[in-house]
Amino acid sequence: MRESGRTHPAVLAAIWVVLLLAPTWLGLVGGYTALGARVLVLGLAAMSLNFLLGFTGVLSFGHAAWFGLGAYGTGLTLKFLAASTPLSLLAGTLLGGALGAALGALIAHRRGIYFAMVTIAFGQVFYYIAYRWNALTGGDDGLRGFSRQPLAIGPWRIDIVANGVAFYYFVLVCFAAAVAIMALLLRSPFGHTLVAIRENERRARFLGIPVEFHIWLAFALSCVFISFAGGLYALLNNFADPNNLHYSLSGDLVIMAVLGGMRSFWGPLLGAALFVVLQDYVSSLTTNWMSFVGLLFVLVVLFFPRGLLGVLRGKSPA
Amino acid sequence: MSLLEVREASKSFGSLAAVRRVSLRVAAGELRAVIGPNGAGKTTFFNLITGALRPSAGAILFDGRDVTAVPAWRRVVLGMARTFQITEIFPELTLAENLRVAVEAAAGLRLRPWISRAAAAAVGRQVEDMLALAGLAAKAGRRVGELSHGDQRAAEIAMALALRPRLLLLDEPTAGMGEQETYDVAQLVRRLHRDRNLTIVLIEHDMRVVFHLADRIAVLDQGALIADGTPEEIAADKTVQAAYLGQVAEGGAAEAGAAEAGAA
Repeated sequence: MRESGRTHPAVLAAIWVVLLLAPTWLGLVGGYTALGARVLVLGLAAMSLNFLLGFTGVLSFGHAAWFGLGAYGTGLTLKFLAASTPLSLLAGTLLGGALGAALGALIAHRRGIYFAMVTIAFGQVFYYIAYRWNALTGGDDGLRGFSRQPLAIGPWRIDIVANGVAFYYFVLVCFAAAVAIMALLLRSPFGHTLVAIRENERRARFLGIPVEFHIWLAFALSCVFISFAGGLYALLNNFADPNNLHYSLSGDLVIMAVLGGMRSFWGPLLGAALFVVLQDYVSSLTTNWMSFVGLLFVLVVLFFPRGLLGVLRGKSPA
Repeated sequence: MSLLEVREASKSFGSLAAVRRVSLRVAAGELRAVIGPNGAGKTTFFNLITGALRPSAGAILFDGRDVTAVPAWRRVVLGMARTFQITEIFPELTLAENLRVAVEAAAGLRLRPWISRAAAAAVGRQVEDMLALAGLAAKAGRRVGELSHGDQRAAEIAMALALRPRLLLLDEPTAGMGEQETYDVAQLVRRLHRDRNLTIVLIEHDMRVVFHLADRIAVLDQGALIADGTPEEIAADKTVQAAYLGQVAEGGAAEAGAAEAGAA
């Protein structure tokens, strides 16, 4: 029996081939490797958001907060605490994940617009902290003066600092690990409860599932994943700035998820790819690139409410 | 001893007293019907029993334990399962996936981030058993939202059964069903009661079903319990007849007697 929402093996294979060969083919179509890494990082962020939005049915409109906390946590660790890429990434993930879990506990019983509003508010709190706390965060100028460090695995040293292709593969490995965990979670009994909550909260409750607790867990996990993505973003740019926390980025992530298809696991990655590529190409032609993204978004919502990948899967909406 | 005991339970919404000091005892193995005219407070009464609502006053005891302050989900874990007047299912999921959530919850797996092949296979077998019991085996892979109303109702009952409850509460299981479907559901309920000795409380409008199945019948009217007894006692009860006749007169029907009135 085919499981609802499971990706076809051929599609899955195609996705990984495209990602694995990206440094080869990106140059041929006028792209560059760092653009590929950016797609992976923002794609992971959008997929993390979608873990909550598409698979638990809960809309967070402030998820940039945890993304940015991951970025700042990683950057600050590299700058002040430890010159280690893995350690800084771990620290950023823990910072965003822990704060997300703590604040999530306060709002897990809120629903719909109230939940979304409170998440925006949390995001803006962290935005202004980063914006104002010049001494620690660099304020409006952003956090500078740190750099990702070479990886040391046993006797080998891998230069991910100057070698962009090596860094791309580092990001790809991180992306693959995070996405694999996410996919396994969604296929587990715990994942089944999340989809059940999305489908019908009342039925889920009367199957003996403490709905608020499961929503909180999903929120905390989503925060961990997106903080990890934020940490990778800081490593990619060797820079973190308050815009990483701003709600306009939260909105961009929601756009990516909806554009690609929030009921499909891989949809947000496609959405992120489109978004990033449009940003990169159209912004070189016009400063109004966002209006093109907006137009595309409106068209997708009007004509392909299941998102682009939802259409490719060929499953008609009910 | 009673499996379920309701002690003087009341529920008010503002100035409206939906349930007024209702007491009820349901013995283990009993099939109890709750009947009453529209707006009598039957569903609110169910909501008090299952924890969807907290009573304004009174207490709910399940298997001798006071569960008045126990949240709804935990009452399910304790052994109460229910269906709803308007079917509550997971429409975008397949029938088998709907059942799987219930089976996994009942097996205490809800927080497991992984599942072994053996455990998943065991879950799958239980899903198949439940589908077979509800006569839905052939439709396992269909999306539940696409199934007929009758099949959706049956699916919801199957989900409740998958929880392996000690007390099953059915809120109008035959609502909106045709003759054949009503008969099928009645037979299913009868089998559960007879063969599995399951304790069942049932809200039902179809009086043929009620008088055919129930060991005892409780009658609610305007939030109060006006009668509680065997089907014979209820059929002969003047208060019950008056309550139903009042409603029938409003509806313009001329037939007398609780049985016909309720079916109208």
